[in-house]
Amino acid sequence: MTPLLEFRNVTKIYTKGLLSRAATTALDDVSLKIEDDQPTILTIAGESGSGKTTLAMLLLGFIAPTHGQILYKGNDITRLQGEAKTNFRREVQAVFQDPFAVFNPFYPVDHLLSVPIEKFKLARNRREARDKIDEALNAVGLRPEDVLGRFPHQLSGGQRQRINVARALLLKPRLLVADEPVSMVDASLRATILESLRNLNREYGISIIYITHDLTTAYHVAHSIIVLYRGSVMEAGSIDRVIREPQHPYTRLLIDSIPWPDINRKWGQTEIVAREQEHGSIETGCKFASRCPFAMDKCRQAPPPLYRVAPEQAASCYLYDAQPVVARERLSEVLPVS
Amino acid sequence: MTASSPILRVIDLQVSYYTEAGRALALDRVSLELYPGEKLGMVGESGCGKSTMALAMMRMIKPPGRIEGGKVFVGDTELTALPEEQMRRARLSLISYIPQGAMNSLNPVLRIETQMRDAIQEHRPEMSKAEIQERIYHALESVELRRSVARMYPHELSGGMKQRVCIAIGILLGPKVIIADEPTSALDVVTQRQVMETLGRVQQQLGSAVILIGHDMGLMAQFVDKVAVMYAGKFTEISPVRDMFTHPLHPYARALIESLPTLDNKGVFKGIPGLAPSLIRRPSGCAFHPRCAYAMEICRSVTPALERLPSGRFVACHLYDREGNVVNAELKTAG
Repeated sequence: MTPLLEFRNVTKIYTKGLLSRAATTALDDVSLKIEDDQPTILTIAGESGSGKTTLAMLLLGFIAPTHGQILYKGNDITRLQGEAKTNFRREVQAVFQDPFAVFNPFYPVDHLLSVPIEKFKLARNRREARDKIDEALNAVGLRPEDVLGRFPHQLSGGQRQRINVARALLLKPRLLVADEPVSMVDASLRATILESLRNLNREYGISIIYITHDLTTAYHVAHSIIVLYRGSVMEAGSIDRVIREPQHPYTRLLIDSIPWPDINRKWGQTEIVAREQEHGSIETGCKFASRCPFAMDKCRQAPPPLYRVAPEQAASCYLYDAQPVVARERLSEVLPVS
Repeated sequence: MTASSPILRVIDLQVSYYTEAGRALALDRVSLELYPGEKLGMVGESGCGKSTMALAMMRMIKPPGRIEGGKVFVGDTELTALPEEQMRRARLSLISYIPQGAMNSLNPVLRIETQMRDAIQEHRPEMSKAEIQERIYHALESVELRRSVARMYPHELSGGMKQRVCIAIGILLGPKVIIADEPTSALDVVTQRQVMETLGRVQQQLGSAVILIGHDMGLMAQFVDKVAVMYAGKFTEISPVRDMFTHPLHPYARALIESLPTLDNKGVFKGIPGLAPSLIRRPSGCAFHPRCAYAMEICRSVTPALERLPSGRFVACHLYDREGNVVNAELKTAG
């Protein structure tokens, strides 16, 4: 069966101007698959500069990959035309980080919900349109009478972000890309938004790609995770395995640094080698080598392949070279869907 | 001064913003005491007044906001009584403020050392060039930055380094109280841990008190000794961090703690129902009563005062008597 979405060895390189040779590899040879019949929630995690937003931009077709292909239902998304393109635009939806920036302050929030209905001709008349809007708002836990007719500034960040989720839901998408959807929302409202996302997955069978730097929320909402560092996959697998038993030195540092809101789980003692120690010249080997306490000579010579450290976990690190190698194209095999 | 006398005393501080829609009471007669070396976390939803409180302590409230009453003491100095010129000198030397997104407040066209020198010369015009240079290096080293950073421009530094430069500026003159408003909200977790560890170490060396403002309860659990929960311009509870996380008293604090994702409650989502109240039309009585699962008749009409319990914790809630015993049977069974 054709997967819903497939990244085939996708690389994105940003170059600086025409004459400069300086180039940044924002995403380095990433492959992944989301199956059509198995809705899942996949987290793409990483710090700033890890390439996680580049991955979202590629997936939405806003930018094109330098190498490799992105396929939606078997078709290259950079070549979609006509009806296929319209379907892609409808079936792949996004919720972005800033719940303030996407609203036009001059229109009531209804505008954000009615435009897609007109654009994609989802309703035959106003009554049907209103029913659809009500249904979508209810699905994210908002009462239509509380929000419709109001202007964006009259609503809280949490309400606005839920309207964004409702807008996405209205289009009956197959895939939702949520790029840091709760990072600008108060802690007390995060739970509600994450719960709406999980319900979309469970009740409407929508697959979600949850892009975040916040591993606590990822742990709660996702089934699987890919950890990126400077464009490369460091570790991937089931969310429980990776969060509870991280294997890659980078993932360990990352998870050790999570400030859990738990008085009995104190910040770890792993020593931090500061990011400013990074050197641009070690692109040939593992990208984490300059900060890694276990770095060996070979780490600086060639990037390590992914080793399967557990049935549902792979780490790109020579410390595990006794384990079987997972080809990069087959990364999805270690990612559970539920 | 002995460790037994508070370094910071805030007494009945009140701030309002006068908007077209009416008067918004952002800080409603708030009092607070802090001892040298103490780390206090101030948490609450956006708009609850935590940043307003920080700005009011610094006397940096701008119109349409106004400090309408109350006193702020650092040691024996009453900040609220100082003439403007002396207050300007008190900032940075007695009390310093590291604002949200501080790293964006660095001047992009000046070297780090120039910006630090300006701050020192403003306060200590008598200091010699060599002394100033020494102090700059010392401040940079105390936040684990190399001396060479002094010669750099902000754009040459990473986000975490810039944030540490801001902490270095904040501690240049050895202030007694450091207020940090979401100092790490733009940083990733590893850098965040590094910056917070730096802040903690520097604060210990100086023996200053720190107020950490934010809504990241995880950061609070890791960093502070005491947590003050603010709601609609008032403190609802002030407790030692362990008590706050294991046994919160106020229903709002309890809801806040229960909404947090921990490693042990995977997949449980418990948001706080309802919306933060409008500061212009605040609910009568206890401002939290419309969202409170334990609200009683009295909560609708009488505003509960922040009471000091025998355990040393503070709570503003009708559910507790002066001894800290639960007067409402429902909460007793739920707890």
